[in-house]
Amino acid sequence: MLKSADVLADLTAASRDGGSVDKSRTSDLVKELEAFAKGTPLPVAAPVAEPVRQEAPVAVAAPAAPEPTDDAGFQPVPFSFDDFGDEADEATPAEAEGGGRSVFTVRFKPRSDLYAKGNEAVLLMRDLAKVGDLQVICEIDALPPIDQLDPEGAYFSWLIRVETDKDEDAIRHVFEFAEWDCLFEVKPGADEALFSVHTASGEDLPMAPVPFDLSMLDEEPAAAAPVADAPAPAVVAAVSVEEAPLAPPSLPRAEKAIAAEAEKKEAAVAGVPAAPQTIRVDLDRVDRLINLVGELVINQAMLAQSVVENESGGSSAINLGLEELQQLTREIQDSVMAIRAQPVKPVFQRMGRIVREIADMTGKNVRLVTEGENTEVDKTVIDKLAEPLTHMIRNAVDHGLETPEKRLALGKNAEGVLRLTAKHRSGRIVIEIADDGAGINRERVRSKAIENGLIAPDANLSDEDIDNLIFHPGFSTAEKLSDISGRGVGMDVVKRSIQQLGGRISITSKPGKGSIFTMSLPLTLAVLDGMVVTVANQTLVVPLTAIVETLQPEKQDIHAFGPTQRLIAIRDTFCPLVDVGHILNFRSYLANPIDGVALLVESEGGGQRALMVDAIQGQRQVVIKSLEANYTNVPGIAAATILGDGRVALILDVDAVVTASRGHALSSEMTLSATG
Amino acid sequence: MKKKVLTVDDSRTIRNMLLVTLTNAGFDTVQAEDGIEGLEVLEESNPDVIVTDINMPRLDGFGFIEGVRQNDRFRAIPILVLTTESDAEKKNRAREAGATGWIVKPFDPSKLIAAIERVTA
Repeated sequence: MLKSADVLADLTAASRDGGSVDKSRTSDLVKELEAFAKGTPLPVAAPVAEPVRQEAPVAVAAPAAPEPTDDAGFQPVPFSFDDFGDEADEATPAEAEGGGRSVFTVRFKPRSDLYAKGNEAVLLMRDLAKVGDLQVICEIDALPPIDQLDPEGAYFSWLIRVETDKDEDAIRHVFEFAEWDCLFEVKPGADEALFSVHTASGEDLPMAPVPFDLSMLDEEPAAAAPVADAPAPAVVAAVSVEEAPLAPPSLPRAEKAIAAEAEKKEAAVAGVPAAPQTIRVDLDRVDRLINLVGELVINQAMLAQSVVENESGGSSAINLGLEELQQLTREIQDSVMAIRAQPVKPVFQRMGRIVREIADMTGKNVRLVTEGENTEVDKTVIDKLAEPLTHMIRNAVDHGLETPEKRLALGKNAEGVLRLTAKHRSGRIVIEIADDGAGINRERVRSKAIENGLIAPDANLSDEDIDNLIFHPGFSTAEKLSDISGRGVGMDVVKRSIQQLGGRISITSKPGKGSIFTMSLPLTLAVLDGMVVTVANQTLVVPLTAIVETLQPEKQDIHAFGPTQRLIAIRDTFCPLVDVGHILNFRSYLANPIDGVALLVESEGGGQRALMVDAIQGQRQVVIKSLEANYTNVPGIAAATILGDGRVALILDVDAVVTASRGHALSSEMTLSATG
Repeated sequence: MKKKVLTVDDSRTIRNMLLVTLTNAGFDTVQAEDGIEGLEVLEESNPDVIVTDINMPRLDGFGFIEGVRQNDRFRAIPILVLTTESDAEKKNRAREAGATGWIVKPFDPSKLIAAIERVTA
């Protein structure tokens, strides 16, 4: 009873998702119903013997079929085949002869062993249907009278016409598991007459649901009883244990047909591109798992290190095992991370609505273009992304874009374009919000900042500095407050929430052309590949994703540039050389570049810098342990980690160091003395 | 409904690999370390399909398969055997014991999933 409900549900799902049934199939089902009503065992082949489209909802009769044995109070459900009518013509054999496709005849006669070993004819058919289009004839001549029927016997054989663009091997491969337990042969070509007769006769049968009255149902259980009683224990097992895997050999034929139908249904459901199955898991559990995996990675690193240290003539078994372990931990880690990774799409989709709302409120004409919606980011990052993104979008529409009239006057398209882009770059996710509006009015920003006392009236600021003023708390250029923006709690909040995520935000703006806000966020907050380096006797980890190359500076490549700056010539370009030890105040003097190693890094702005460190120790995967939980945010340091030997190392925040090296007075904030 | 797979293997590496692969593919996975444990886990977990190794301590794969087939509840469950390509003899023994099919080691995830889907509805 439950099963039939399931089948019904599957069926509606299948028809909703646009399956198809052809005429001969429906007529087969009609036959099945008739057979059932008369109390004769169902030709088990009926569901299997459906030509073509195995993934289509075949089991139209299934909901009705199980009823007689369970409950007489069931009315057969009238089915409308109208939906499927369109497809009926497609199955005619005349047009089955596709160009360039070959036809094979497969003869398949399972022995009972096949079923006993858990193979199942219907599944083989299903697999075969994946190879090509099928026309199936079931030979049921061997079926003995019901009193002589061995419920576990195999009586049917199938003649299948396969039309496929694959070769014979593909067909043989389907029967790979079964070939010992069946008679099986494949021949090229097919007796078209045989198949067409079969199909045609099927089509002649009436389509309407068979009259199926309750009196027949009443007779049915009696008729079925001897069958059901014979293999009693097995039947009880199969019927009462709902969840037990379908056990065809142990079932009487009628039930087997039902079982086959049910299996078929599941196959049908699997064939339709339905939404992937998901489970909801408490986030705490995932976090716990991630923490544990983190510990595992540390442990693995420690193990690897101690093996290297105790290397006694290189036992290859240990090394092999270690390598395997490393690979495994990495895989586990990736999988665990993948659990949390989600595409930014839902967040982006929400932005569409926000854009429309704001555009309506401000009377502007805005088109939102999104790119890279499928970029995946850690769930925690996504959750915290929506708020700053909303703020920025509002700002971009309200402040950035001009009104349609103004745009037309400026020779722009009346419709403003807001471009929301997500992409992966150097192990981070970069989200850009670009508008083609007016750009930042630097004069106004400047005068406003002076008015608010944020800067001195005579301050000499670069364009970039002025742009960055909008991130100051309490800054607003809007003349009057609106619902949308201009309340002074805008960009500084955005900046702060992004920084909390370990991200950064930057602006590029061109007057008259628009502004681009670029957020860069870490993909995950848990692990990274790092290069372990030594700087002024401290061990630091540089994220590998940032490093382009490493090189040994030569004396002739180093050029002084001003009193403190130095450049290094790399091939034909000059690149600023940054002494990490000096920037982080590990030492007060500039180290001699020739004694160290230069790491050429790329910041997310795209600029390159050569970071100078004293030595490279190696490369390792490290687990990020946030400093902020126990410490405040330390400029220049992204986080900390525990190395294989148990030492604590700091993870360098490459972008912050690069920024600091530009002379932005970060170094005064960087009062980080040598840490223990 | 999620399909449940019982994997029986004494190698932790293989077990982990199976677990990760199957979980990623959306299967419920229960694991056992040898045949004896496999039969115990089988009773309480009620899987849809079994994947088992052959060489295991206590009770090997052949014995395990026979044990499963003798159990009325599970005698028709699909059983896949993890085997090495070269071992035709073992393959035959396994199928005599009642295995449904086999997966050749070393396997890649897609092969494993394909094999499982071939024997389950």
